Amino acid sequence: MAREMLKGNVAIAEAAVRAGCEAYFGYPITPQTELLEYMSSRMVELGRVFLQAESEVAAINMVYGAACAGVQVMTSSSSPGISLMQEGLSYIAGSEVPCVIVDVMRGGPGLGNILPSQSDYFQVTKSAGHGDFHPIVLAPASVQEAIDFTMLAFELAQKYRHIVIIAADGQIGQMMEPAELPPMKDYPLPRPNWALTGANGREKNVITSLYLNADEEEAFNNRLQKKLALIRSVEQRSDEFATDDAELLVVGYGTAGRIAMSAVQLAREKGLKVGLFRPQTLYPFPEQRLSELAEQVDMCLVVEMNAGQMIEDVRLAVKDSIPVEFYGRMGGNIPMPDELLRVIERYYAYSAVLA
Amino acid sequence: MQEEFVFSGFGGQGVMFAGQLLAYTAMDEGLEVTWIPSYGPEMRGGTAHCFVVISDRVIGSPLVAHPTNGIIFNKPSFDKYEPLVAKGGRLVVNTSLVTQKSLRDDIHVIEIPATDIAYEIGDQRLTNMVLLGALLRDHPILSLEALKQALEAHIPNHRRNLLEKNYQAIARGAERIYA
Repeated sequence: MAREMLKGNVAIAEAAVRAGCEAYFGYPITPQTELLEYMSSRMVELGRVFLQAESEVAAINMVYGAACAGVQVMTSSSSPGISLMQEGLSYIAGSEVPCVIVDVMRGGPGLGNILPSQSDYFQVTKSAGHGDFHPIVLAPASVQEAIDFTMLAFELAQKYRHIVIIAADGQIGQMMEPAELPPMKDYPLPRPNWALTGANGREKNVITSLYLNADEEEAFNNRLQKKLALIRSVEQRSDEFATDDAELLVVGYGTAGRIAMSAVQLAREKGLKVGLFRPQTLYPFPEQRLSELAEQVDMCLVVEMNAGQMIEDVRLAVKDSIPVEFYGRMGGNIPMPDELLRVIERYYAYSAVLA
Repeated sequence: MQEEFVFSGFGGQGVMFAGQLLAYTAMDEGLEVTWIPSYGPEMRGGTAHCFVVISDRVIGSPLVAHPTNGIIFNKPSFDKYEPLVAKGGRLVVNTSLVTQKSLRDDIHVIEIPATDIAYEIGDQRLTNMVLLGALLRDHPILSLEALKQALEAHIPNHRRNLLEKNYQAIARGAERIYA
């Protein structure tokens, strides 16, 4: 396959098509609207379902319905729209049906603005809705990863009957870079045996998130937690750059992660032993590898486009064995490589004193 | 090798497409490249801009504080980006719409009345191609031939009838520097 110049939003949409997405329900919101726009023609061209709902609340409940019927289904939105979807997300998690959600994050809280942000880390990883659950969260840092993670999202959603959120941001959604699309997957997949497909000639299936009996609700929650424990043990993913001899470890994901890579390259050119750890799954957080690295480095510097959210997971992973410092920008501001380099230089000097 | 380009002007001047075409050219030549537009509220008045980064290795940030090249379509863009171009960098200025002179002595300034030239060819929307021609003639990081090939490969079908005029605009931009 040849490399094509693709915009992040469009790349995610076409990857979803190739992963076997049978139905898309959504509502426009900047900075993800190109995704919905692309789906509006592409899905129809292929005879699949595209529906622009009257709101995000409607869209997520359409996703819920289609998922119950065993259909490979997706929606996409941006921060305020995801907030509107949270009730539906909780019902979907409580019903254990698979779906893929794309969140192209923008500045908040409230209406905020349309610029890139990572201020919904807590929302997508820890509080996607009421009740004890975490979605699987994938954080692409490039258009190629946006494609690869969209393919992976459909796989993981089916495998675990679980919500998978692709947590991108305005920059990943809006930028273009060369990337390679995978071939079209077999379509459509056979309906899973748990799906509501009409019970003619077989035992009826029941999909519900309602357990009025405390013991039944607890048994369900135990099953859900067992599934999440399995996900935590086998689905942690991360990428690294120049970590071999690193003394200062920069930790960042998505857009902040790729900008941090530029800053780490600049630091290396100056002879500083700095490395980058880039979580690709935000849930499960890649704590296994990070805790290994924590034994080798003197300090972690967490870089996010928020006030400091992932830093809590970094601290849990390194268990206070080394200092964990933070640098963040907010409001849709994106840190620049030379700005990060100055921060790195400051903490590098500090970590050398500690060592 | 890494070079950064900011293209900046009014909406409708072909700012975004100029950046995209440079990005397509870089991709077709086997280089790493990123393109990112401004998509904020500044699109409704003031300047619209896009950043292109071209490199021979994986690109981290698609944005930089001090790009090595500025391609300036109008006055507000001159005011915003002339001071930000990296030392030793290059500024291509559309003098049809920018009357002031750069006072910096640490950058290379190329002045070209791109919109006037575009009018002469018959369409002011060719301003962007004139500027690209001037840029690549002065800084042959990519060849004019590769630029034309990328244009032919990626121009939308409903604009294909304008291909010849686009080539003319690129050529006029390129010859102007040494005229």
